[in-house]
Amino acid sequence: MTLTSPPRAAATVSGRPAARRPNRMRAWATRAPLLPALIFMIIVTQLPFVATLVISFFDWNALYPDQRRFAAFANYGEVLTNPELRKSVGTTILLTVTVVLVSLVLGLLLALLLDRRFRGRAVVRTMLIAPFLLVPIAAALMWKHLLFNPEYGLFNGILNAIGGEGAIQPDWISEMPLLAVEAALIWQWTPFMMLILLAGLQSRDSELIEAARMDGASGWQIFVHITLPHMRRYLELGVLLGSIYIVQNFDAVFTITSGGLGTANLPYTIYQTFYQAHENGLASAAGVIVVIGSLILATFALRVVSSLFREEVSR
Amino acid sequence: MATATATAARTTGAAPRKGRVQGAVLGVVAWLAGLVFVMPLLWMVLTSFHSETDAATNPPSVAASLTLDGYREFFGLTGGASPWPALINSLTASLVSTLLTLLLALPAAYALSIRPVKKWTDVLFFFLSTKMLPLVAALLPIYLFAKNTGLLDNIWMLVILYTAMNLPIAVWMMQSFLAEVPVAIIEAAQIDGARLPTVLGRVVAPIALPGIAATALICFIFSWNELMFARVLTGVVAETAPVFLTTFITSQGLFLAKVCAASLVISLPVLAAGFAAQDKLVQGLSLGAVK
Repeated sequence: MTLTSPPRAAATVSGRPAARRPNRMRAWATRAPLLPALIFMIIVTQLPFVATLVISFFDWNALYPDQRRFAAFANYGEVLTNPELRKSVGTTILLTVTVVLVSLVLGLLLALLLDRRFRGRAVVRTMLIAPFLLVPIAAALMWKHLLFNPEYGLFNGILNAIGGEGAIQPDWISEMPLLAVEAALIWQWTPFMMLILLAGLQSRDSELIEAARMDGASGWQIFVHITLPHMRRYLELGVLLGSIYIVQNFDAVFTITSGGLGTANLPYTIYQTFYQAHENGLASAAGVIVVIGSLILATFALRVVSSLFREEVSR
Repeated sequence: MATATATAARTTGAAPRKGRVQGAVLGVVAWLAGLVFVMPLLWMVLTSFHSETDAATNPPSVAASLTLDGYREFFGLTGGASPWPALINSLTASLVSTLLTLLLALPAAYALSIRPVKKWTDVLFFFLSTKMLPLVAALLPIYLFAKNTGLLDNIWMLVILYTAMNLPIAVWMMQSFLAEVPVAIIEAAQIDGARLPTVLGRVVAPIALPGIAATALICFIFSWNELMFARVLTGVVAETAPVFLTTFITSQGLFLAKVCAASLVISLPVLAAGFAAQDKLVQGLSLGAVK
């Protein structure tokens, strides 16, 4: 794991001198409270990844445990050549990019609206957060049955009410499966983006903006030259954290399409490869590939978090 | 400065009125956006109080009479599976794992903020990095482990996993809350002869308590929501509420009111916890990066 080097004088910057006497006993005494959490994390989160890595080199179908054998990189070859698995890599990327970007833009617009004073702002904020506070599978069920259902779903109901006789009644999930999953996810994740970006907007230097306004800068100029540069890292944070959560999404794909109609993303495919097809080796190889992808994302994410963090510490 | 005042003076005539109209319009737009986002949820609430036949009409019957049948049906009062075992399992897994998370995270956060160990930022970032690895990649070894140790369909397996899942968030959040406790107060208490437990209980806890509560609520939400591990690792006995909901995925026929009632009841603890922790929600979700 790549870590951004920490601020060298962190201890002194935060005004908390480290142990003055470099006494070994004392050093362990300060370290002791940290150890249970650290050891627990290493055992529960790091060991399984090592196991996944090892299993990924074996040809191992759980239904035929006797035929387990070392297969070197054969599983990786299959993951990268098997059309279904390869497609799920593409689907994961498409799904993540679409959901993250659309919810980021919507989240920014909503955050800008909420950053102003108006009557009932707290109520609107609460209404906008609500989608995020629905249990993910409940939200997915809602989209699947209550909104998308071609016969009695709300969307077709509205179309019917407006259009009357001969109104179009699309079968949303079969006609646009990926879009259906994306819509449900965008609805849930826009509030997340909005919250992060709103926090960013509210940490702007209001005196600077006031000064710019005094100097006759237009709202658009202030947005482009002051707000956007300030928001850069909050936007980055939204993109990266959103990506990390949405790359891992399982609930929406599992519920809305059950991975059918070309919507199976990597988490769903991995689940299916070992839970239904019992191909342990193959599932692990796909898992390792997801880890590598996530590590690339995480490196950037950690850099952003660390730069925000350093700002906090030095403040 | 002089120019700025002059400009301001020159524009005071027209600007406030134009600004007020613009502000009102944007306020209306914000309200509309809020309504669009909350609409599906409101529709779900309304449908949950409709009878099954009224729930499945096209065009929708908005003004149909209200009934509690959907809720009765969900709670198994009219026959069918009772959701209580699943709800109790979810509650157990979420509450116990949250408690364990706090027990592990509090001392760790203490060691990372109040009496920082050397290289404390490295440790902090190690915790964060574990949160960024996709859980699905650890699913198979964990499943095999549970299967071979007889922990399959056992709620304690989920307790351990949810604790690990939430620990990084908890350490990060708590670290930032404890960092707000002034060191001078702690040192003063120690000079007065207070021992560590007293310092923690009487000095640190009161200041950090709201933060600890928010952390607990966020850990609770994530545990309550989790589906993938619960789906793979539990079956009949240890089934959690989200797993209970999966039975509705392939439902056909008249079940809309029931599924709406089920979704709402199961989401209720999260909605309550989320609104209670609203102010600290961003901090938890951004792993402490945004305050």
